[in-house]
This record gives sequence, structure tokens and C-alpha cells, in this order.
Amino acid sequence: MGRGSSLLAGAVLPALMAALVFGGWEAAVWFFAVPKIVLPPPSAIVLALIEALGSSEFHWNLLITLWEIVAGFALGALGGLLLGFLVALSPLAERLVYPYIVAFQTLPKVAVAPIIVIWFGYGLSSKIIITATIAFFPLLANTIMGLRAAPADQIEMLVSCTATRWQVFRMVRLMAALPYIFVGLDVAIVLSVIGAIVGEFVGAKAGLGFMLMQKNFNFDMAGTFAILVVLSLIGVALHAIVQTVQRRVIFWMNIRGDRPVSL
Amino acid sequence: MPQDGAFLRIHQVAKTYTARDGSSIQALRAIDLDIGEGEFVTLLGPSGCGKSTLLKILAGLLPRSAGEVTVQGRSLAGPSRALGVVFQAPVLLPWLTILENVLVPAKVQRIDPPLAAARARELLAMTELTGFENRYPFELSGGMQQRVGICRALVHDPAILLMDEPFGALDAMTRETMNEELQRIWQERRKTVLLVTHSIPEAIYLADRVVVMAPRPGHIVEVLPVDLPRPRTLEMQNTPEFGRYVSHLRGHFRAGGMLTA
Repeated sequence: MGRGSSLLAGAVLPALMAALVFGGWEAAVWFFAVPKIVLPPPSAIVLALIEALGSSEFHWNLLITLWEIVAGFALGALGGLLLGFLVALSPLAERLVYPYIVAFQTLPKVAVAPIIVIWFGYGLSSKIIITATIAFFPLLANTIMGLRAAPADQIEMLVSCTATRWQVFRMVRLMAALPYIFVGLDVAIVLSVIGAIVGEFVGAKAGLGFMLMQKNFNFDMAGTFAILVVLSLIGVALHAIVQTVQRRVIFWMNIRGDRPVSL
Repeated sequence: MPQDGAFLRIHQVAKTYTARDGSSIQALRAIDLDIGEGEFVTLLGPSGCGKSTLLKILAGLLPRSAGEVTVQGRSLAGPSRALGVVFQAPVLLPWLTILENVLVPAKVQRIDPPLAAARARELLAMTELTGFENRYPFELSGGMQQRVGICRALVHDPAILLMDEPFGALDAMTRETMNEELQRIWQERRKTVLLVTHSIPEAIYLADRVVVMAPRPGHIVEVLPVDLPRPRTLEMQNTPEFGRYVSHLRGHFRAGGMLTA
């Protein structure tokens, strides 16, 4: 009985819900004769998506945006991670550097993006750097918090058997920080998609954000929506990759059922 | 060797904390205790009598305010390889297997890995944990986890085992079994053991001598030798001799107003 109802909730109900939402949308567009440049019906979006998937122009732009996301994420995450270690390990570094980091974080990155484009040009590098500035902070904050999160009794246990500071760091603090670092990675990878698109909006010659602007200018609403669908799929896929790696790396958390809060 | 043959000597050890408002709180006052090699001593007292503080000072986890601790005449400052510590909670690292957890002190102290692994397996066999080497802590019950904690405290072959209410978190039945097992381990390994407890029967059952402590500030009230034959059995707890020890010790806490009811 319980199994049947969970199957209903697991597969049948979501499918029903999707049919209701998209069917209702489609019907509403036809029924109220909504102009195509205001709201395209789902069927038009699907057609636009199929057309895009077959075009080499789309492939090229997709590849560029993916590269911006992944490279920017890697750069920002690595920077946040390294600076996080430095701040967590050195009180001096914390006092010297942290105020600037917080001040920088309060700036909306969208407002900084034009400056970065002027400095680094209209090519890929400015988008990668904008993405990196966005991916940086979640890693920094979570690394610092994680490296301080090791339970006192685990540290005491190691100290009691004559462990040095470095051994305590390596054997406990680092491992205890991993769940926090993964939360940071998860937040950063999703924000990286936004970073790359913001960068392309400010000034670009290629990429999905650039394509989106073009289609928008041409009032190609179905095409615009198709790209939005692709962007959200990219986010979902990258998030899923981080989650899969996380489950493998911090296996002890998932089994105990107290996994950290995550996106 | 020290002149009088004390293996672990605690001499005039005191601990004073400074409170936030600047006033000082005395947690331990002039503790004197000599423990012989291979002796099993239990520290008995109500919460707040400083028994855990004393154990933490011995383990090198807390600095003492005054006094001296020597092992075989050598002064003890900070954590030492001569000590193995068992905590109230098992404190296993969840990302390590049982065998790896037992090997933590060996890794810290850079003990030859094959030698350490052989010793760890032997200890796991002694505590009936063979077959669990490659499991993770969350797959084990609380009693089994605490047994792993004991193996870990013994893996570097320390001369002295310090135990801070090691079975306090376990249910009464498991606790009795663990006491039996601890006695067996002690008889096989002949370590010097100092065990903190607030259970009167546990203190008597395990000890060669029971050290009774009282609070405000923590001090020793009595050192009571337990003259019961070894190996002791759980049934022994129902004998009149055992009962006399229990009522004698309980008298302390009643008289001092430390125990209500």
C-alpha cells in the first residue's frame, strides 16, 4: 500500500502536474490569443529548441558559455579555497584581508562587470573573471567556516595522543571542512551560470547570453525561451555533478542522514 | 626509579580558573596521589568534584596551576606517548574505518605501519571486534564504538590508561558487560589504569583502590583499598562484602551532602 502511494507521488503526480502546467499554458496562449512576441506557447519553445539544437551556431555559443562557466568557477573556487585556508589558519591574514573581502562582496557584481569588460576586453577572459568573482565568495566563506567547524572532542582526542598542529589540521580539520566546502561548491557552480550570462550581457561577441540578447532584439520570443531552458538545464546538470561528487567524497554524512544544508 | 616506587605520582596538583569577571575559581586543591605500576585506581565523586579536570591535566589537555606529575620519576608536561586516553564518548572519526580509527595514535606517533596494524588487529580480536575492521563507525553500536575507543587508546602500547567515564553514555546492561571486559583486558595487559566514574558499584568492581573526591574545591576525601579477589564477577556485587564497600562509600556522599536521596 505504502509502496503504491510512494510510486504515485514519485512518478505519476509530477507527470500529471507537468501536463497540467504546460497544457494549461499552451491552452491559455491559444484561448486568449496572446501575441507570440509576448508569450510563446510551449510547443513553439520546443520547436525553437529543436531548431537550435541542430544549428552549429548554437553549438558554438553553448561551448563558449560552458567554458566561461567552468573556467570562471574553477578560478573563483580555487581562489576562494586558497584564501579561505589562509584566513582560517592565520589570524593576521584574517585581520588584514577580510575587511576588504567583505567590502568587495557587498558590491553587486553586475555593477563591477562593465569595468572588468573594459580591463579585459570583449573576449572570453572578461567573462571568466566576472564568473570567478561570483564563485569566489561562497568558497571563501564556507572554507573558513568549515576549517573552524571540527568538533572539539575530535581535536582533543588527537592532541591527547601527541598530535602536532599540522597533524590535527590534516587528520581532522580538513576532513571536517569538506561538507562545508561542498556546500560552497554547490552554491558557486549555480551562481557561475549567472556570472557568465551577466558578463555576456555587458559586452560579448559570442555565447548563449549574447545569443539571448540577439533573439530578444529580434522579438524571437520562442528562441529566447529556448535559450532560457538550456541555461537552466546547464545549471541543473552542473549542480547534479557537484552533488554526485559530494556524495562520493563525504560518504559518511549521507549515510548518517545528517547531510549539510544545500541548494 | 623514584625512591618509593610510585609509578604515576601526582604531587600537590591544583587548578584555578580565572572567571570572566576576573575572580578565580579553584577547581582542584592540592591533589596528592601515588599509583603503583599495574594498579587499577578509580576516581569516584559527584559531578563538579574536579575528577575529570584532574584526568584532563594528567592527559596533558589542561595546564595545571600548581604541582607536579611524574611517570617513573620523569616529569609529565603536555600529552605523552606513555598515556592512552579513553573519553566519555567514543570520539571515532566518521570518515575512517574501524581499523584506521584504532591506528590514529600509531599514525600520529609514526609507529611502523605493519607493526601497528598487527597490534591493532590483535586488540580488535581481544575486544571481539574481528570482522569489523573495514566497517565505518556509524555501522557499529554504542558499546562496540566504545570498545574501538579502548583499542585506540592501547594501540601505541602506553604504560598508563586514563579513562574519563568511559561507559557513562551506555545503558546499564551494556555497561556491566563492558566492566567485565575491561577487567579482562586489564588482567591480560597489566596497564596502570586511572578511571573516572560516578557509579559506586563500578568504582568498587574495577578498582584496587577507590579514590573518593569531593567538590568546592575538588579534593581527595579518602583512598579506599578494595580487598576483593580477582577476577571479580558481576555476582560478587550481591555479596555482603561488596555491600559493605558500597554503603561505606555512600556514607561519604550522604555526610557531605553531595548526594541527595
